[in-house]
Amino acid sequence: MIKETLEAIQAQALKQISESDGLDKLNEVRVNFLGKKGELTAVLKGMKDVAPEDRPKVGQLVNETRAQIEEVLKNAQDKMERMAREAAMKSEVIDVTLPAKKNNVGHRHPNSIALEEIERVFIGMGYEVVEGPEVEYDYYNFEALNIPDGHPAKDEQDTFYVTKDILLRTQTSGCQVHEMEKGRLPIRMIAPGRVFRSDEVDATHSPSFHQVEGMVVDKDITFSDLKGTLAQFAREMFGENTKVKFRPHHFPFTEPSAEMDISCFKCGGKGCRFCKNEGWIEILGCGMVHPHVLEMSGIDPKEYTGFAFGVGLERIALLKYEIDDMRLLYENDIRFLKQF
Amino acid sequence: MNTPLSWVKAYVPDLACTDQEFRDAMTLSGTKVENFTRLDKNLEKIVVGQIKKIERHPDADKLIICQVDVGGETIQIVTGAPNVKEGDKVPVVLDGGKVAGGHDGGPLPEDGIKIKNGKLRGVESFGMMCSIEELGSDRNFYPEAPEFGIYIFGDDAVVGSDAVEALGLHDSVFEYEITSNRVDCFSILGIAREAAATFRLPFKAPEIKKTGNSEDVNSMISVEIKDPDLCSRYTARVCKNIKIAPSPWWMQRRLAAAGIRPINNLVDITNYVMLEYGQPMHAYDLKTIAGNKIVVKRAAEGDTFQTLDGQDRKLDSEILMINDGEKAVGIAGIMGGENSKITDDVTDVLFEAATFNGVNIRKSAKRLGLRTDASGIFEKGLDPRNAEDAMNRACQLIEELGCGEVVGGMVDVKSPFKDLVTIPFEPDKINHFLGTDVSREEMLSYFERLEITFDEKTGLLTIPSFRQDLLGFADIAEEVARFYGYDKIPTTLPASTVAGGLSFKMMIENKARDIAEYCGFSQSMNFSFESPKVFDKLLIPADSRLRDAVKITNPLGEDYSIMRTVSVNGILSSLSTNYNRRNKDVRLYELANVYLPKALPLTELPDERMKFTLGFFGDGDFYTMKGVIEEFLEHVGIRKKLTYDPNAGISYLHPGRQAKVLLDDTELGFLGEVHPEVLDHYDIGTRAYIAELDIPTIVGLASFDYKYQGLAKFPAVSRDLSMVVPKSILAGDIEKMIQQRGGKILESYSLFDIYEGSQIKEGYKSVAYSITFRDKERTLEEADVAAAMKKILNGLEGMGIELRS
Repeated sequence: MIKETLEAIQAQALKQISESDGLDKLNEVRVNFLGKKGELTAVLKGMKDVAPEDRPKVGQLVNETRAQIEEVLKNAQDKMERMAREAAMKSEVIDVTLPAKKNNVGHRHPNSIALEEIERVFIGMGYEVVEGPEVEYDYYNFEALNIPDGHPAKDEQDTFYVTKDILLRTQTSGCQVHEMEKGRLPIRMIAPGRVFRSDEVDATHSPSFHQVEGMVVDKDITFSDLKGTLAQFAREMFGENTKVKFRPHHFPFTEPSAEMDISCFKCGGKGCRFCKNEGWIEILGCGMVHPHVLEMSGIDPKEYTGFAFGVGLERIALLKYEIDDMRLLYENDIRFLKQF
Repeated sequence: MNTPLSWVKAYVPDLACTDQEFRDAMTLSGTKVENFTRLDKNLEKIVVGQIKKIERHPDADKLIICQVDVGGETIQIVTGAPNVKEGDKVPVVLDGGKVAGGHDGGPLPEDGIKIKNGKLRGVESFGMMCSIEELGSDRNFYPEAPEFGIYIFGDDAVVGSDAVEALGLHDSVFEYEITSNRVDCFSILGIAREAAATFRLPFKAPEIKKTGNSEDVNSMISVEIKDPDLCSRYTARVCKNIKIAPSPWWMQRRLAAAGIRPINNLVDITNYVMLEYGQPMHAYDLKTIAGNKIVVKRAAEGDTFQTLDGQDRKLDSEILMINDGEKAVGIAGIMGGENSKITDDVTDVLFEAATFNGVNIRKSAKRLGLRTDASGIFEKGLDPRNAEDAMNRACQLIEELGCGEVVGGMVDVKSPFKDLVTIPFEPDKINHFLGTDVSREEMLSYFERLEITFDEKTGLLTIPSFRQDLLGFADIAEEVARFYGYDKIPTTLPASTVAGGLSFKMMIENKARDIAEYCGFSQSMNFSFESPKVFDKLLIPADSRLRDAVKITNPLGEDYSIMRTVSVNGILSSLSTNYNRRNKDVRLYELANVYLPKALPLTELPDERMKFTLGFFGDGDFYTMKGVIEEFLEHVGIRKKLTYDPNAGISYLHPGRQAKVLLDDTELGFLGEVHPEVLDHYDIGTRAYIAELDIPTIVGLASFDYKYQGLAKFPAVSRDLSMVVPKSILAGDIEKMIQQRGGKILESYSLFDIYEGSQIKEGYKSVAYSITFRDKERTLEEADVAAAMKKILNGLEGMGIELRS
């Protein structure tokens, strides 16, 4: 008898669940059947009329019925919640093509980007980055670099003078001397910085620009080390397939001296507008530190040798980022800066 | 320096290579070829023709019809040229050929001009007769060519032969970049010697024969050097019975290809020898040389002298002069005098080949503002041994060209020559230095070609006098490297034992860049020198130390004449550029030095201080800038509460909107709104804000040494505080009081409302803070908080602040 009653209750409950059209309705069903005053509870309450030996069985039947109803109820509820969430999300569709809300992060100067690249390469090879004064003694800019008074190189560079002995440095090479004078060997350094030459401003000249000086002094440093180091630099800076060419040149403070060309990174060496159909682009000057320069700075050239190089930062930036007018670098037009 | 390849080949007769091969090989051995030009570029199918018959064009007054024998065939050519007549031999470009340029001598088109058969006013024409301009040259180099019209060959031209050959245009001209140490390469012989060594071929210098008649020039003229420090050698010879005439064709062609205009035999010989030997020469008309005497001495201060270009030159006591027995006749090494110059009626000539002090010539030429071909060579510092060869070569050419009669002997006054340089030959050391494995014999073979001799007994290399650049071991190593080939030297990396990196200061600068950029500022770069007018633009008081700037003695102009002592001009100028180009919301920063002299004039280097300068206009205000400063300082480990002193005293900032940034008593920099008058000066039509932080000070305070503090375990208690505050009291003053009185349990405080307006009584503002307390060790009790609040409130009331209920 009880069993039939329970089956009827269950059937009634399932029917009402399936007919429910919302979470409220489902809740009503839960209260009606499972709540304190619900029908199943009523059955339990009628247990007192059941014979004691039948009570466990009836109890079990009631619990089974409750469990079944609860399960169906839960499934129905889950389903309804899912549908409700989906409906809500459908109403919340946005236009993803509307403009982004940017933080408007600023942009780094192309010179700085190029310098960071150079620094990364050389720091990776164990170089320390150092600095020297921009207003400099004549001695460090010229004399200690084998450029005595009257040397044509002093004229070629069109120096800005402040006093007879103090000038605006025309090259970062004086940093070599400062570094050697510290007396700490071995040396492995790069020295980036501003330099000044009396050139009128035009598309390829500026009276103020930047160089990066490099120097290694140690026992047994060879010309082949110089070649290997700079070839490595060229590959890291301009791509794995970059070839280098060293041509003899003359700098007063290095001997032997060289200029390094790299294969044009634009055309790969076939010749294009970029490399003026040469296939090669001149990129830096370098050489073995002149023994007299070592000596003047207190380093014994019989024991130590070294190499040095100097790169024009603007030249690298102009080449790498295809900037066709040097003046842009010092105008600071935001439309230019934003491109880097 | 331009050299025709044919001239180089004259001394390296076995040289056989293409122009490109020559260029590449010379460049790799150290004589850098900048470029080369073929003189016969775009000259195709051009032959020597002879005009057999000329008729008038039936329909055009200015045209004529020529029958031209082009060798085995006669063709009809119509021309408008006014200068041809029957029998003339002329260059003729045949159908399908090319010429280099137009008849007007304008710039040469890259691909030349193609010539085809055609009709002129109805009459057929089978080619074209050419002017010298159409052949890519001009009358400077072919002085015999007519000013207008067709080039006409001499009688010896062979009809039907290659006209380009007949004009000597099958040649290439090379332009080199010669470095200042290679004085010897500013000559054809120097280039030829390098070419011979590069291609491993024999070098054949011109053979200098003995010249001169039986007379002795030493009995005719005398030379005295009074200032031997400026003139180490002076050689002189005399040529009599000069017959001025055009120089021979071959000499004209070589000079022209080298870019020098042929003039007459005498001038051409001096130019020729200058190119060939790298030794400038000068010719004086002997009859103008008083007392047949040459005296070399410094000018007197303030003298004037008329050079042969007719200009009066003001002299000083460091300028070396060539004098005769009475007067100055030339500025040594720079330019001869009007009073002794060669004219067409010259009969006897005094030739000078001397060695002057290079530095002195360079400085004198600069002071005189007179740089000549000769001074450009002298200033490099010549080998005194070269003067004699050049002199004798010139006299030999005088004889060979029939230009005059050379007097025997040479006047030669000189200081003793320096000994030839000797350098020990250390092949192992060279290999070790270069990282190579070149054999001793191979090295010696390079030296032999370079005329460096080796003495097995002493082990010494002797350097020829013309190689003034070879002085020691490293120079010898370079010679080996050059001729072994830089490209063949291996590539290795030095063994690394040290770790690299940035200095702490550079790391702070990097952080400044990062934070500025996160905050929307882009990096700018400005010049370090600027105009002294900047101080007025920035309203900097006349007695300010900032006006004591490092001055450049030779600036590019006043606008670039002082080293900046204030960093903001660059940023303001750049903001102005952007504002006037209608760029919106521009934020810029710069990291660069100012230069503060310790004393003027400088006796030691100025203090170079790196400044971190920021500026913007558009979206944002004072507090935007303040936020950037605080973000930056926080990220370099400066986390203590900063204070802001509104009495910053910065002339170019709005007096009510500026502040010094202080950490305890240390000044880190300042910020503020730009003074409206300064905005006017910079032509910025909107409010702008700038800040400047002193990087060295910040480097001294900064740290990347972070230490973790445990996250709070016990709850915090917050109290809000609403106040009516006299306007003169700054938020900073209130905060200072909260800070002072809050005790150990004070965790933080923040302003959440500030209001001035009608609901608040005149002269007051409403300010509200939220104050948070917390104890790290326990849960706070009401009494703790109440006690702390009471202290704060008492303090605030003491400042004249009213609490709102």
